Amino acid sequence: MLVTAGYYVTIGETFGMSQRGGSVMSHLRISRESVLSPQIPQGRADIIVGLEPAEALRVLTRYGNPDVVVLINSRVVYPIGVITGELSYPSLSEIESIFKELTAHSWLIDATIAAVELGNPVLSNIVMIGALAKTALLPICRRAFEKEIARNMAADKCEINLRAFDAGAGMIENIVD
Amino acid sequence: MSKLLSPARTQVLFMGNEAIARGALEAGLNVAAGYPGTPSSEIIESLAHVARERKLYVEWSTNEKVALEVAAAASFAGLRSMCVMKQNGVNVASDFLLHLTASGTRGGLVLVTCEDPGALSSVNEGESRYFARMLEIPLLEPSSFQEAKDLTKWAFELSEAIGNVVMLRSVTRMSHASGNVICGKLPAKSRRAKFDYDGPVMDSRTGPMISTPVVAKHTLHQKKLKGVEVLFEKSPFNRYAGPAKPQLLIITSSVCFLYSQEAIKMLGLHKKVGILKLGCTWPLPPALLKKHLLKTDKILIVEEVLSFLEENVKVLAAGMLKQMGSKIFYGKIDGSLPSVGELNPDIVAAALGKIMKVKRKSLPADYTRKLQKAAALVPVREQTFCAGCPHRASFWNIHNAIALDGRKGFVCGDIGCYSMAALSPATGYHTMPTLHSMGSGTGLASGFAKLAAFGFDKPILTVCGDSTFYHAVIPALINAQHNRADITFIVLDNAGTAMTGFQPHPGLPTSALKETVPAVDIAAICAAIGAKVMISDPFDLETTSKILTSFLEDKGSVKVLILRQACALSPEKKGKKKFNVKVNDALCLGESCGCNRLCTRIFRCPALIWDRIKKKALVDEVICAGCGVCASICPQKAILKTEATV
Repeated sequence: MLVTAGYYVTIGETFGMSQRGGSVMSHLRISRESVLSPQIPQGRADIIVGLEPAEALRVLTRYGNPDVVVLINSRVVYPIGVITGELSYPSLSEIESIFKELTAHSWLIDATIAAVELGNPVLSNIVMIGALAKTALLPICRRAFEKEIARNMAADKCEINLRAFDAGAGMIENIVD
Repeated sequence: MSKLLSPARTQVLFMGNEAIARGALEAGLNVAAGYPGTPSSEIIESLAHVARERKLYVEWSTNEKVALEVAAAASFAGLRSMCVMKQNGVNVASDFLLHLTASGTRGGLVLVTCEDPGALSSVNEGESRYFARMLEIPLLEPSSFQEAKDLTKWAFELSEAIGNVVMLRSVTRMSHASGNVICGKLPAKSRRAKFDYDGPVMDSRTGPMISTPVVAKHTLHQKKLKGVEVLFEKSPFNRYAGPAKPQLLIITSSVCFLYSQEAIKMLGLHKKVGILKLGCTWPLPPALLKKHLLKTDKILIVEEVLSFLEENVKVLAAGMLKQMGSKIFYGKIDGSLPSVGELNPDIVAAALGKIMKVKRKSLPADYTRKLQKAAALVPVREQTFCAGCPHRASFWNIHNAIALDGRKGFVCGDIGCYSMAALSPATGYHTMPTLHSMGSGTGLASGFAKLAAFGFDKPILTVCGDSTFYHAVIPALINAQHNRADITFIVLDNAGTAMTGFQPHPGLPTSALKETVPAVDIAAICAAIGAKVMISDPFDLETTSKILTSFLEDKGSVKVLILRQACALSPEKKGKKKFNVKVNDALCLGESCGCNRLCTRIFRCPALIWDRIKKKALVDEVICAGCGVCASICPQKAILKTEATV
């Protein structure tokens, strides 16, 4: 979507073993001027999209700054150490208050519940994209998303993805100015 | 149409690995072979997708050495070929590579190595740049997505021009990152294969492809490498950007170029610091280096992981001492930059700031303090087997059999998702104390089993995955059988090369090109060497434990247990639950059960969580994959599984 719109896009990702139950992070950077490095410098993220609350907090503590804006899926996925009782997981209200204090704006939405209601928890990612688009922080709109989905997905999957996108958009009321 | 075949002049978002694949296609690639390994796997995968349209032969070979041999055959027959692997794959291929670089090649042959500084998906951060120097072949390192494509294309021309292998090195942050690439033209014509070998022995175009007479061929080989220096002097892939007389010159390559650029920007040093970015890093072009070294007296070399570039620059500078005077070098050797782990813009900025005595604008102190306080609240997220992973059940069985045996047996580990049993010991129930390279578990087990005469009498077990079995285990297994090493060898057969994305392997009836091919049966191979072979489903705890216990008691030979159950993420299983699993609150005794929370404290499945309020076990249905194994471990039978209806 963004390449077509004339931006230099750099996405830094790690896969493989790093995905097996560990924390994974992708860095997405866009620029009108030049190719950026695939790693965001510490304290320099503009937006954090967290698919899990403690993970969003983990990322905030490395890349956060007073101007950062954060969108979080409130669905908790407990680390093994928390399940076994060796570690503790901060309460959601504690996490929420940290985000309130240390970010310019934050949204906590239950994308997983919305996805489960749509029939498949994997759709929570699309719910999050819909919510992100609605924040108007990035130059992405529903029409561009619709085009991209049509290009990348089997025809029978398009509708459910668009519904997930809209469900996410519906969860964001207040837009930052 | 596949994105990889986008028309010329269109701009697309390519992953570094796709850019490399596209570069090879633009060069008129004919044959590609490789062995899966993060971060390299997408190159062969994306080429396999377009093989039909582009008339390519693409294969997943059994290991990297065989892959290089397959690619070399194509080169000998005048075709353009590529061989793809991760860093340690070059070690596997290196014996053939030594002889191949000595015999020379014909059609362009590019060896692509995708390396993993910081070991994000490896158990090593090995470097293969030193192979290029040791084996005297050109080394290219792309520093942007566009360059990943353009350098790959040029690598084929270079290889053909010098009649030898060209090594192209990428890293995780290039291979698995994505960025803008403007496509070039795809050639219309393919080549025909023809292998001449009747000519004189020293004629590399028509003679036999051999490395002898060694000294004469070595002389010719070095002469060709001298020619490469000349080409590198003028290469547009080596570029300087910055002031005419910088206070500091950064020499860098690969993704470190992007980090360096960003560090200069962060510190506002663009008027004081220049960057010489090298796309061609071996052999270094001396005149180009001299020209830029003369610009200043201070030089910082930014690279990953070891000081390869720095050493080579220093050797050149030492040879030009008279013309150039002495310089101050900063880099890995003086400790300005770490010589372990991967770099990032922050690390480079810190080194640069120290040398230039500039401070980076930092966050308000109070804010930073609050962030640090918040960081202390975030629980560590340890790597573990996925929900529904057959390996968890396999290690549960292995642990129980070892415990029952009572002689403190242990497992020699190997490379795959099951390496996690060593990386997060509690995940493997503390059974796996060794982990090295592919196939080494079986070799180590074979050695441990021969130590009985020295008073070492523990039962020795070893594991390997199905793909690993074909890659490097077979020689070690034959060694164990032939030398009568008493080992229990367990194949964790999850029906694919799971960790790298389900590439097919010789045990499956499908090839990289999705053709039907003969499957090579692991059980039949093991039986053929004379080992005792049993097959079981790791989810069937009762049967599997019985077999393992009998194997540990059975002394004097190689015993093979093949544990068959497809990976929970495999395309045929993903998103489909076999069982609905629930905890019956009325039956779960919680903390008062004598099991001491066996299910949530010891079994360690991410889907089986602890309800802090009820103080009982609970299944997180979103994460649960429905394998149903936990129902077999609960002493109270409080975990219930029912067949899921689709």
